[in-house]
Amino acid sequence: MNLIIVGLNHKTSPIEIREKLSFPSQTIGEPLKKLTNHFGLNEGVILSTCNRVEVLAITNDMEKGVWQIKRFLSDYHAIPLEKLDEHLYVHLGEDAVKHLFRVGAGLDSMVMGEPQILGQVKDSYGYAVQFNTAGVIVNKLYHKAFQVAKRIRSETKIGESAVSISFAAIELARKIFGDLSGKSCMLIGAGEMAELAAKHLLTNGIREILVANRTYEKAVEMVKGFGGTAIMFREFPHYLKNVDIVIASTGAPNFIIRPDQIHEVMRERKQKPMFFIDISVPRNIDPLVNNVDNCYVYDVDDLQGVVVANLQERSKEAEAAERIVEEEIEKFYRWIKSLDVVPTIISLRQTCDQIRKAEMQKGLASLNHLSEKDRKVLDAMTSAIVNKILHHPVTHLKKEANKVEGDLYIDTIRKLFDLTIDEEAVKKAQNNDD
Amino acid sequence: MSEIFFHITAVAYLVATFVYIGYLFARKDRLLDAAQYILLAGFAAHTVTIVTRWVAAGRTPATSLHESLTFFSWIVIALYMFLLFKYKQRVLGAFIAPFALLLILSASLLPQEIIPLAPVLESYWLPVHVILAFMGNAFFALAFFLGIMYIIQERYLKKRKLKGLYFILPSLEVLDELNYKCLQYGFPLLTVAIITGAVWSEYAVGSYWDWKPRQIWSLITWFLYAALLHGRLTAGWRGRKAAIFSGTAFMILLASFIIINLVSGGAHGLSQ
Repeated sequence: MNLIIVGLNHKTSPIEIREKLSFPSQTIGEPLKKLTNHFGLNEGVILSTCNRVEVLAITNDMEKGVWQIKRFLSDYHAIPLEKLDEHLYVHLGEDAVKHLFRVGAGLDSMVMGEPQILGQVKDSYGYAVQFNTAGVIVNKLYHKAFQVAKRIRSETKIGESAVSISFAAIELARKIFGDLSGKSCMLIGAGEMAELAAKHLLTNGIREILVANRTYEKAVEMVKGFGGTAIMFREFPHYLKNVDIVIASTGAPNFIIRPDQIHEVMRERKQKPMFFIDISVPRNIDPLVNNVDNCYVYDVDDLQGVVVANLQERSKEAEAAERIVEEEIEKFYRWIKSLDVVPTIISLRQTCDQIRKAEMQKGLASLNHLSEKDRKVLDAMTSAIVNKILHHPVTHLKKEANKVEGDLYIDTIRKLFDLTIDEEAVKKAQNNDD
Repeated sequence: MSEIFFHITAVAYLVATFVYIGYLFARKDRLLDAAQYILLAGFAAHTVTIVTRWVAAGRTPATSLHESLTFFSWIVIALYMFLLFKYKQRVLGAFIAPFALLLILSASLLPQEIIPLAPVLESYWLPVHVILAFMGNAFFALAFFLGIMYIIQERYLKKRKLKGLYFILPSLEVLDELNYKCLQYGFPLLTVAIITGAVWSEYAVGSYWDWKPRQIWSLITWFLYAALLHGRLTAGWRGRKAAIFSGTAFMILLASFIIINLVSGGAHGLSQ
């Protein structure tokens, strides 16, 4: 089996190249068919996202295969190969398996461990199935890749920590409040960032969102989007005691929330914790508010720090994830190895011969009167029967093994006869052949 | 018989403690799983220790300080398991296991022979009183460690430097909530324990209350926790303030327990 991946990603190429090379999913059938029909590749999958374009293919000849895929990319998008080549990476054999596993688990993504890529890999495989360019190896390989991604997700925390500012803020809120349902939030300033944060809060089940903006109409406009309540800007201090999270993003040149004011608010709300997120520059919330008991103030820099900390914690998880990848590659290769035709034939012959011998022994035990010569005749006869029965399957296996469907034949034989590979026996047999 | 299991318990808690500490540093869930299983195994051995001792002595094993510490640590772990089952906060184990280990190790240093109990003290009230008192105090111990976890987590959030334990400790609200729950369980238990103690005293020596150090200190503890609960309910004491208060109250409780027992040589100075 010769597996090849040729492609480029955000690390090896600028966006200008990536966008030229992308394959829209609506018309993906055409390039897939071209890949397998015109370029003579056995199986093919095309993964196209905004950060990467990759072609995975199974071929009989690696060197030729790589060249074919490169030609395909260049022909299909009408980009001269000389311009393209410097951005392309090539992964062959085991290296390609590893690459696919890592991509699926998000280990190769711009934001490590991000979950979207798995869905995109799943889609790319889905198209290959739909347009009949996925064979037995691609099937097994992708199912394994999904398994690996799932295992990494469940055994490491790589996907857990938030690595964008607004997600980091939500995660902080959850470390303070636990469950966010039943909590309420006030946005002071109806900017884009605030709106984004509000949407994240809503998906995390926040109960109520108040919006205060200097231009009241803008606040009204904004709450239409998610069913919050608009309040007059000058009245926002009166509502502070009712909200748990405050997100400030006004253009005000000075602090609009001060410690003395919050002391009062905290007394009124019986010291229930408050979380202040200040995404405005210059800052709108006096950092001294952080010194008030049960109040936590984070500005943009603090949130950036949280993102860095989260990323560090993730990279610790990446080690564990890489170990899982290695483990799974080994498992996959054990399966791949079993697809070699020679060991399969040896194993098939051995299995049948073992059955023959066992049955002979049983039969002969009750045929004591037979002479040595009779026994030899019987032995030769049963041997001949087994050999004759196996003759056609073995000839076909040998013939088909190098064709497109070869792996399917081998896999089927292994399953039908319940064959296991005895590596020692295979080695021995191969040495005898030499 | 009881002795072998006592040693097994001690070793299991020791190993669990190390694995828990490993978890706090490495933050790998596999370590947490392992530590939890080892702690559970230790708890099983601990249970056998208590049962065999109970059978051998023919009375509640809480007469000598050795027995009291062994029994108390068993109840602490048992109630931790109860919280674990109910609220699924596994990291608490990393704080409880070393505490149980400390209690067991202290117990192992003390004379272990079975001291006969004065016949006058034999009563149904003995196990009832002892178990209620230990359960109450064990909940306060759990509250103490939840308070420590709260203070650590709060410090990370206030300093805005997130690293290490921040990533594995539960949220402030959960910690505060659990702390409060422990007080809500512990306080009524302590109250009933004091009452049953008084009743037992009436049966044994003919007076409900005679201002023994033990009784005075349990009353002080009772007032401390009553004040804390009152503050939580009415004055909005919560979070760090409540954590520090319950921590201090527990340290007073623990100190008085140890001092009284060391001075009198046994529970209530009533053995021999």
